[in-house]
Order: sequence, then structure tokens, then C-alpha cells
Amino acid sequence: MLLIVFTFCLMASPCFGDALDAFEGQQGTIKIAGGTAHIPVMREAAKRIMMRYKDISITVAGGGSGVGIKQVGEGLVDIGNSGRKPKPEEIERYNLKMYQWAIDGVGLVVNPKNPVHSITKEQLKEIFSGKIDSWAALGGTDHAIIVYTRDEASGTRAVFWNKALDKGAISTKALFVPSNGAMKTAVANDPYAIGYVSVGHMDESVAPVALDGVTPTLETVKNGQYQIARGLYSNTKGEPEGLTRLFIDYLFTAEGQKIAADKGFIPVK
Amino acid sequence: MRSSGETIAKGAFLFCAGASAVMTASVFLFMITLGLPLFRESDFFSVWTGRWSPHEGLYGVGAMISGTLWIALLATVLSLPLSLGTAFVITSLGGARLQKFLNAIIRFMTGIPTVIYGFVGIFLLVPLVRGGLGGAGMSVLAAGIVLAIMISPTMTLFFSDSLLAVDSTYVQAAKALGADRVQRLLYVMLPKALGGMTTGLVLALGRALGDTLIALMLAGNAIGAPESLLDPARTLTAHIALVKAADYDSLEFRSIFACGIALYLFTTVAVIAIRLLGRKNRKCHDPKCC
Repeated sequence: MLLIVFTFCLMASPCFGDALDAFEGQQGTIKIAGGTAHIPVMREAAKRIMMRYKDISITVAGGGSGVGIKQVGEGLVDIGNSGRKPKPEEIERYNLKMYQWAIDGVGLVVNPKNPVHSITKEQLKEIFSGKIDSWAALGGTDHAIIVYTRDEASGTRAVFWNKALDKGAISTKALFVPSNGAMKTAVANDPYAIGYVSVGHMDESVAPVALDGVTPTLETVKNGQYQIARGLYSNTKGEPEGLTRLFIDYLFTAEGQKIAADKGFIPVK
Repeated sequence: MRSSGETIAKGAFLFCAGASAVMTASVFLFMITLGLPLFRESDFFSVWTGRWSPHEGLYGVGAMISGTLWIALLATVLSLPLSLGTAFVITSLGGARLQKFLNAIIRFMTGIPTVIYGFVGIFLLVPLVRGGLGGAGMSVLAAGIVLAIMISPTMTLFFSDSLLAVDSTYVQAAKALGADRVQRLLYVMLPKALGGMTTGLVLALGRALGDTLIALMLAGNAIGAPESLLDPARTLTAHIALVKAADYDSLEFRSIFACGIALYLFTTVAVIAIRLLGRKNRKCHDPKCC
């Protein structure tokens, strides 16, 4: 009897079940696109699933929140990610089901060489509208401030614009970059840059800037001190089924939530 | 006498020609139709000249038209001497080994993906422009320089092909009269090849107008019209790439059709220019004309 159990365990290895077991015997593809903040988590989850189960293939593309909602709505992808809650009309038109699996802050960043590490919200608005145009006014070097922003379809921009800029103007001289990754690269390479990026994407290549004394970090977003935050959503058209369902469920398992935490986001569970 | 096969072939090709003509025309109509809500909601002229500020209900793409022209023209102007020189060396001035080497390089360059040029630009050229000339680095200049390098193989190949297509008896006759290499190039080959070379120039300009990635990566995509070479700019193509993520029904999304129409018209003008130049060139082969 023991032998039978043992043999069975070997066949269905690993013996002690984990979150990935749900994918046992499954095959097919999952196409994911949209929010660029989500990408590290999506990639890691996809990698773990595909390493174990060779018959499952998962593709992860970016494009931004607008693209995610649109493509899942049009049926081009199985999961459309967004860094903002889809609008009521989008939910209604595409019959979207939303799954918020993490919370993410959107923080100001500058180049690590920049001595300015703290500004007020008023100063922030004036920087982005172009009224303050030199770092000297903020205690930095006497050089023009180079403002980087995201395109209108970005969820990161939507949150930043609503909660940090209070829907204020953004200068026509501001430079546009198409993703969180591109923002980080741009700021890391430009000593006079200021931009905003998902807190999960922050690393030593950029320096966070405190807003009204609160530095955007995992801790301050988690304990609610840093207010410029949003949910990270994965959306499906209608009730998800099959592999897509399993993938969404996986994001909410202890393992999935740990991936989110490891990548710098705040798990919801 | 015509065989039935010939008639069928003629019919089939006529159909193909007709279909592609209809398709080209319908693309234009398609863009106008889809862009119609935008032209209806906001003033027709403000779409072409106004500001871009979607949350205020302003959807002007004038700055993008200006950005496109700045970058494309700068790239063409920078690329022209470069390509001209290379073509001269390849066709007549250089030694056999140098010619072969340059030819191989140029052909190889046409195969390099655009994104590679973009990366080289972002990590090497942008910091150089920012450090050396000031401004944001991401600018008309940075995009123009990289685009110039990118379109120069097209231009060079057209230039050298037209120069080599000149009837060799002319060149030999000039040689017999004692003309050296430079004289043969400047007084015999160049005047004869001018028509083909202009076509190459216009095609390269067309490529510069239509390129998306270089401008998207290097020009900064700011929504204001550029006033100097160091200002950032957004091209029509980059604008389409950035705005296509917007909601399908929004006027913001509709603005990409206005961009499409503008690009379509630019291309049309370029094609007409090629046609007119080609016609003029053909006439010149007529002894009565020259």
C-alpha cells in the first residue's frame, strides 16, 4: 500500500502540492498585454508556469493600460492589464471582469546624481506646468529641468495626473516616453530629468523624490502615508475560463502574491 | 494575332492594377470617414493648426506636422552630402577594393533593424547632444542625425545605381578626350544620372517622413511645435503610435486619422514630384530637347 502511494507520488511529482499544480495536464496559450507596470510580475508567473508545463505557452506584451483594456475587449488577448480601474463605459461595452491583485504607488524619480530629494506638491505642479524651469530653484544645479511624462493612455499617468498634479497642466515641452521601463531608462540617463514611475519599477538606477516629506517606497504606500497609489488590474472579457481562469487564480495564490511582493508591489491578500 | 492566353493575362493584370488603385483610394476615403467625427466636433482648421490638449477638448495636430517636417527635412539635408560622397567613391573615385568594401557596408546597413539605430542614438547620441549643446538631448537634432544615417543607404544605392546606369560609351568617349576621373564624374555621369538621383532623394525623404521608431525614441515626443534644432518634437507617426492606445470612440483616437491624412498627402506630393521629375528626365533623352 505504501509503495503504491509512493509510486503515485512520484508520478504526480512534486509530491506536496503547490499553487502550480492547478496547471497539471493543461495545454494551450495565454496572451497577455497592456499595463507596463504589470510586466515583471506577469513575466515571472509565466516563466514559472512554462518551466513546469511545457505544453503551456504564455506571451506577455506591453502597450499601456489603454491598449490592455482595448485588446482584451476586442478579443485580441486573453488578459488585458491596466494600471487604473477600467472606466464604467469600458466595463459595460466590453463586459469586463476585473481582478485587482496588487496595489502600486506612482512615485516621482530623478537621476541619482541629482541632489534634490524632496519637494512640495505645489513645487511639483509648477515643475510640470513649466513655471519652475531650473533645478537651482529647488536647491540643485543651475540647469533646466527636463520633464518626462507618459502618453494619455497610460494608467500610470492617469493616477499621477489625478492625484499628484490634481489634473493640472503639463508643459508642452515635456518629453513623452511610452512605458514605465522607458521612463526609468530616460531618467537614469538624463542627469536633469524628473519623471514618475511605478514604485515597483524603482531601483538604484533612479532616485525617488519625497513629496511633501513622504518618500514613495513600498512601506509608505503600504501603510497609506504615500497617497499616490492605484490598483493593478488584470481584466478579462466576460468570466475567464480554462487556462486564463487558472492564471488569474494563480495570481491570487500565496505564491502569486509573493511574486507581486518580490517585484515591489503590495499584495492584496 | 492575339492568343486567348494573352487576353486572360491582360485581364488578370488589369484587375490587379485596378484593385491596387481602388485600395489606395479607399484607404484615403477610409481615413476621411473615420476621421469625420473629429472634423465635425472641432473646427476643421483647428485640427491642422490648433494645440493638442485632449482633456481640454483640443485635438490639433499642427505641432506634429511641423515636427515631422523638421525632422524629415533635417535628415534629408544631412544625408544628402553623406550619400553623394559615398556614391561618388563607390562608382568612380575609389579604388576597386574600397568600392567593394563600401558597397558591402551599405548593403549591410539597409538590413540593420531600425530599433538598433534607435538604441545607439539613445545611449550615445542623446547624452552627447545634451552635454555638448544643451537642451534635453532628445531633440529634432538627435532624431535627424540618426534618421540621416538610416536613410543614407537608400539614397546611396539609388545614387550609385543611377551613376552606373549611364551609358559607358559616353564615359569612354570622355576618357578618350583626356578627361580624368573627377571630370568624367562631374561632367558626364552626374548630368546624365540626375533624374534617377532625384528619385532616390525623394524616396529617402519619403522614408524619413514615414519612419516611426527613430522619432519615437529620440525626438522626445513633446506636444509643442519645435522652434530650434535642440527642441523636442513629435512626428505624425510617433503621435499615431502614442495615441493608438486611446479609446476607439474617443476624439483623441480619431486624431490619428487626421495624422494619416497628412502623411498620405505628403507621400502623394512626393510621388507626384518623382513623376514630374521622371517625365522631365525622359524628355531630356530626346536629342531635340538637349
